[in-house]
Amino acid sequence: MIKDEEELVRTKVKRQAMADYLTPSVQNIKPSGIRRFFDLVNTRKDVITLGVGEPDFITPWHVREAAVYSLERGKTQYTSNAGLPALREAIGQYLNDQFQTPYNPANEILVTVGGSEAIDLALRALIVPGDEILIPEPCYISYSPITALGGGVPVGIETFAKDKFKLTAESLQAVITPRSKVLILCYPSNPTGGIMTYEDWLPIAKVVEDNDLIVISDEIYAELTYGTKHCSFSAMPGMRDRTILVSGFSKAFAMTGWRLGYACGHPDLIAAMLKIHQYTVMCAPAMAQYAGVEALTRGLEEKDRMVDAYNQRRRLVVKGFRDIGLECHEPEGAFYAFPSVKATGLTSERFAERLLEEGGVAAVPGDVFGLGGEGHLRCSYATSVSNLAEALDRIGGFVHKLKQG
Amino acid sequence: MNELQLKVLELLKEDARRDADLIATLLGAPAEEVKQAIAELEHNHIIVKYATIVNWSKVDDEKVTALIEVQITPERGRGFEGIAERIYLYPEVKSVYLMSGAYDLLVEVEGKNLKEVASFVSNKLSPIDAVLSTKTNFILKKYKQDGIIFEEHEGDDRLMISP
Ligand SMILES: Cc1ncc(COP(=O)(O)O)c(C=O)c1O
Repeated sequence: MIKDEEELVRTKVKRQAMADYLTPSVQNIKPSGIRRFFDLVNTRKDVITLGVGEPDFITPWHVREAAVYSLERGKTQYTSNAGLPALREAIGQYLNDQFQTPYNPANEILVTVGGSEAIDLALRALIVPGDEILIPEPCYISYSPITALGGGVPVGIETFAKDKFKLTAESLQAVITPRSKVLILCYPSNPTGGIMTYEDWLPIAKVVEDNDLIVISDEIYAELTYGTKHCSFSAMPGMRDRTILVSGFSKAFAMTGWRLGYACGHPDLIAAMLKIHQYTVMCAPAMAQYAGVEALTRGLEEKDRMVDAYNQRRRLVVKGFRDIGLECHEPEGAFYAFPSVKATGLTSERFAERLLEEGGVAAVPGDVFGLGGEGHLRCSYATSVSNLAEALDRIGGFVHKLKQG
Repeated sequence: MNELQLKVLELLKEDARRDADLIATLLGAPAEEVKQAIAELEHNHIIVKYATIVNWSKVDDEKVTALIEVQITPERGRGFEGIAERIYLYPEVKSVYLMSGAYDLLVEVEGKNLKEVASFVSNKLSPIDAVLSTKTNFILKKYKQDGIIFEEHEGDDRLMISP
């Protein structure tokens, strides 16, 4: 036995390149389309960008001040692995008040390094290689690569502009096999701005129940809805114990750089995620956590002010695209519009490239977000009214020129 | 004042050059209603004027501004009103506030140079009978005015594209 192994080592082919050391799951990940487009944009000057997936607001001063004060007091050590008790307490209170999703801070809430880490932990805790992970698309670009890294098989479910990019029970049911295990939901949606209501969720919840799925519900844009209050999947009858609710501070509180998020769910699931978390990152940054307490307990008014501003810009952008003659469904959440450029006869990618070169506006081609994204453009309206007005002007000019042939 | 008028005011305060159509789009309100709201605000002197905030320190033609604390004896029957009026009618006076605290009126005066302001104080302001004392404070640098920070901000340093 030992002898055989020695033989194997001696005869093993020598690795030719550094890349040969890499695990296939990493090798197989394609560079993200967003990254490619990013490189292209960076070669240009005088560009107005609608490509930014983060608020243009600076974290409200009182929140920044809370972090500064924590530093002045010398609060610079690790916190408990699951996060500061005061922060978990605040998250529990906040979720219950805002979305009627009660969680016990003691064992059902885990503070993470951004919503990003929470998604990663959830998938790593759940995936057995070969499991199928169901993902309504177009969607946030990370779900599928993280699934693949964990040995899971991402299965896209196409959603359509005519349905306001809502997930339907039929399309979900259609992709389910005995290997289906996890459904990843992201409403309000990046990149479409689609939302789901209580009535929309009901048939989905039934399919989830019938097929014994676990749901990772990324609700990081929950605060950013315009008109309809966000309905958490975890608040649906019978769904709480099947759902890992993921959220964070990046979008609602303009805190992307703080790297602060959280996951909530059944104590057994949270305990499993905590295991990975404690061995990989120990805990989220302490000063960010102090800022988080301030944001949740005294930051709701500032948040409302920002949501109001996004709503105004949303109206401007949707009207702008329609006036230009590009079809644009009404986004009801997040801060993205997802107009169709099909009328121009160009692919998303070509349209985005030419718009960049000839119009000086950067927006992300929809195909990078998966099934159903082709033919669309993701335009973030997290930028000033004057920037938006100028961008719409330029896009209008560009489309007009295209039509002239 | 209704809610629409309040929102219109906020948007115009941010940028006075926004027209009624843009404001209507931003608020999702009919353009006619917004035009009506603006007309009423102007008519009722709630919108008093559309002005420009200038950072004069960037212009060669520098002016000096003084904030003058003035103590006065109020008049029987009219209190501070009559004297305030006498003071605010001078064109070199930019603003006048009745204050609580150690003095009564705060008077903002603008002049071409120090001498001009000094002569206003000694020749016009101090001789008024009811004025008991003045204390002139010159503004050395303006950092922020009307909620607008003068210092140039670092631009938008977000990545051009992010997920
Ligand atoms: C849908 C979605 N989920 C999660 C994230 C990551 O957020 P965080 O900054 O909390 O890691 C983003 C960021 O763009 C997002 O759009």
